[in-house]
Amino acid sequence: MHSLLIVAAVLIIALAYGFVDRSRTGKVNVKEDSRHQVSAAEIGSELGEVATVLQFSSAFCTPCRATRSTLSSVISHYPKIKHVEVDAESKLDLVRRLDIRQTPTTLFLNSEGKEIARAVGAPKRDQVVNALARI
Amino acid sequence: MIDARGPRWSAGLTSIVLIIALITRSPVVIIIQLVQFAFGAFAGPPKSPYAWLYKRFVQPRLSKEFESEDVRPPQFAQFVGFLFALLATVGALSHVWPLFTIATSFALFAAFLNSAFGYCLGCKMYLLGVRLRRG
Repeated sequence: MHSLLIVAAVLIIALAYGFVDRSRTGKVNVKEDSRHQVSAAEIGSELGEVATVLQFSSAFCTPCRATRSTLSSVISHYPKIKHVEVDAESKLDLVRRLDIRQTPTTLFLNSEGKEIARAVGAPKRDQVVNALARI
Repeated sequence: MIDARGPRWSAGLTSIVLIIALITRSPVVIIIQLVQFAFGAFAGPPKSPYAWLYKRFVQPRLSKEFESEDVRPPQFAQFVGFLFALLATVGALSHVWPLFTIATSFALFAAFLNSAFGYCLGCKMYLLGVRLRRG
């Protein structure tokens, strides 16, 4: 009886967490007051003329591939916006400074490299379009 | 690249086995799961016993078209599962039941999230782990 209660509790907590996580993942959050700024040297690539979409990926990440294809297909319509993908593990100082905790995490940077918005998890296509429209 | 439905199906079977382990407190059941995790983590998910069951009995009944995924994310998840199952096995064999129950519950939590939501454990845990280890 006791162990059945434990099983039920674990499954209920997992379900609740799963639904919360699913509703949060990929949401593009606009950062009005972000103090994070990224330079070309830090990401090892020139910044885009108008904006840069900076994707942090890792080896053990299934949605990173889908994120890459979403971002590059949206960005192909905007010649002055650049998509840069970096391996989070190889840029740990930057990862710490920007407080990146999981992959994929996508930062939307303006022409100066200042963070305008951020998405944790694979971002939805229309939300990426909206975020880019703000820059 | 592997059939992405395989690891998810295996996670479902893993959840069932872990529920049986929690209810029966049978060392044999948790050891069966430990062996599965060991194959998944060290030989790779496609070479694990559950993957064999999937290929033999499940995959032939499913659509020939499927989403593929990199083998490394599920392999990472199998490794995390292996660590929890190892603790649970130690707990069961030494009759330290709180250790058994807590470790098995964590493994069930992750396996159930994976099967029900396609949860990517490597996305959430790997980078944090690297950040801590190279503190």
